[in-house]
Amino acid sequence: MIALEKRPQPSQAWSLLTPLVAVVITMIAGGLLFSALGKNPIEAIRTIFYDPLFGEFAFYYRPQLLVKGGPLILIAIGLSLGFRAGIWNIGAEGQYIVGAICGAGVGLAFYPTESAFIFPLMVMAGALGGWAWSMIPALLKVKFGTNEILVSLMLVYVAEQLLASMSLGLLKNPQGFGFPGSRNLQDYASAHNAEIIAGTGMHWGIVAAFIAVIMAYVLLNKHILGFNIRLTGEAPRAARFGGVNPTRLVVFCMGVSGALAGLAGLFEVSGPSGQISIDFNVGYGFTAIIVAFLGRLHPVGILLAGLLMALTYIGGEIAQGTLSLPAAAIQVFQGMLLFFLLVLDLLTNYRIRFGKKGIA
Amino acid sequence: MKFTKLMATAAVVAMGLATNALAEKTKVGFVYVGPVGDGGWTYEHDQGRKAVVEAFGDDVETVYVENVPEGPDAERVMTQMALEGADLIFTTSFGYMDQTINVAKKFPKVKFEHATGYKTAENVSVYSARFYEGRAVQGHIAGNMTESNIIGYIASFPIPEVIRGINSAYIHAKKVNPDVEFKIIWAYTWFDPAKEADAAKALIEQGADVILQHTDSTAPQAAAQAAGNVVTFGQASDMGEYAPFPRVSSIIDDWAPYYIARTKAVMDGSWSTVNTWDGIGAGMVGIGEISDRVPADVKAEALAMVEKLASGEYHAFTGPINKQDGTPWLAEGETASDGDLAGMSFYVEGLVGDVPN
Repeated sequence: MIALEKRPQPSQAWSLLTPLVAVVITMIAGGLLFSALGKNPIEAIRTIFYDPLFGEFAFYYRPQLLVKGGPLILIAIGLSLGFRAGIWNIGAEGQYIVGAICGAGVGLAFYPTESAFIFPLMVMAGALGGWAWSMIPALLKVKFGTNEILVSLMLVYVAEQLLASMSLGLLKNPQGFGFPGSRNLQDYASAHNAEIIAGTGMHWGIVAAFIAVIMAYVLLNKHILGFNIRLTGEAPRAARFGGVNPTRLVVFCMGVSGALAGLAGLFEVSGPSGQISIDFNVGYGFTAIIVAFLGRLHPVGILLAGLLMALTYIGGEIAQGTLSLPAAAIQVFQGMLLFFLLVLDLLTNYRIRFGKKGIA
Repeated sequence: MKFTKLMATAAVVAMGLATNALAEKTKVGFVYVGPVGDGGWTYEHDQGRKAVVEAFGDDVETVYVENVPEGPDAERVMTQMALEGADLIFTTSFGYMDQTINVAKKFPKVKFEHATGYKTAENVSVYSARFYEGRAVQGHIAGNMTESNIIGYIASFPIPEVIRGINSAYIHAKKVNPDVEFKIIWAYTWFDPAKEADAAKALIEQGADVILQHTDSTAPQAAAQAAGNVVTFGQASDMGEYAPFPRVSSIIDDWAPYYIARTKAVMDGSWSTVNTWDGIGAGMVGIGEISDRVPADVKAEALAMVEKLASGEYHAFTGPINKQDGTPWLAEGETASDGDLAGMSFYVEGLVGDVPN
């Protein structure tokens, strides 16, 4: 007889251990999957986890981890604040798109003027765009009691239509022979979010992500607002008695997560991506939700989780290219990681008892 | 600083190794925007890849990565292929254009082939197919077969490629049936069965009894089958499972001859930058079998048109053709230049509605 027994206190040790154990179990289960597909499991796992970090071409992949992980971390940090307080912004993807459109729009409006002020202006426009988009569900929630999960999610699809319209209309490259998509900002020095040190992958978006991690850490641990966020999530009644203003909290958490998602969009469109196009968004806003939970809603955890997600993406692509693993197998592999993590999470709050059922 | 220098040196050395380590096998990479099992665009590119394997056997090694989003991810996948020693890389979506150029700059010895774009370089060629030739044949059949005189058109994105197709189909439908009218729905997707099915149903409700599609799924075929007497055409691949009716013919992308020729060119060192735009004649555009549900005389005319398009005797855009606003575009007997076609962003006279932007 196996029974689950609730722990009086969540286990500190398991809370730290589960991510590692989940990774190990994923490797084993994934290895079985890959061998069922007729591939050498050890080679496949090595290709996904080891090659990007220490393989022959690691000099190229290591910076790419930052490029891929940066936006995930930046968005996830913002989301984690709200998630801790039970405020569910599911529409970061939309805020990411609108931030990119606003930022790129400001940059393109100045084309071809060169000035050091353009990029900072774009950054501000990007943050404002994301913030404004997140204010729609936030204000609807506090004024009319609508559900922010639904509203923010629906606004993603609105943002995608807006993106298509911008790519085909207002922001379309006038020298693009009628094809959709804006000018490439990589060719416009004042608006280009270039690598700060060439070859390191480090662009301003990564810097912003690191700053966000530190700020979130300080906010949650040293600031009354961070305390209020945690209190609202963990003990809503106590928070209300303690005088926490839920309206202000909703507006703050939605606003911060929207602004950070907007920033991520701006840094992406002006850097690695380069242009506004119909398919500009690739799901960072949704993946960031997973990253936030994978990182235990803790700033440092999110930093590590973002890099781990990036690793599975990059390693997964290498495995497709070199071992001819199908893309679907890689997605299953990523899914396994999350699945095992959630299952093992149980061990943080419960303990398994073998033998006779104890008395509760 | 020292670290960067070290990295840079390592990069140079490794890139040198990667490109110099010319194994006997020629390595060809393919970057796909969708899954190989999409039954349309990516499926046909993968058929081309398989044809390369078949043609050269052990002399060639092919690799591919599917579902690659257009953007920085594509750039990384291409770089990865180049690092791993690919000699030739086909990037098979319009949205890979700037990424292809970026990566090509970093790997001057690797050859790149970008589908449907317009930016070339020392080691970047572009290739596309004259699908509008196939649209002319479709227009001819559609104009003959419609009884309601309403032809529905499921368009994807308002880009020159799609607008050319609409114009070409309309011109040839109008030629055989002056009363014909086109109803166009923009789906803003290349592949989305649910949206495509909705579009097809909406068109059928508006009275269309022929549906042309510039999207890749078979959902419109299924919708037409359910409706009963609506004619459709396969797109990108043959969609033969809906033959002989509702699917009466199809446009098939056939990349195999081109992929084989370009791989051969890399092998024997004769590769050079080209801007290929092939049609029915070169075999890049295939016309799927015209089923017996098409009246025999119409079928014969359609096949004759295919012949003439293939030989170059007939051009799908031959004047007199006016633009939608009535201004003359092509004079009597004049044919459209490739430049005009490549950037086409207007409807021809007679089409109703505006090109969205």
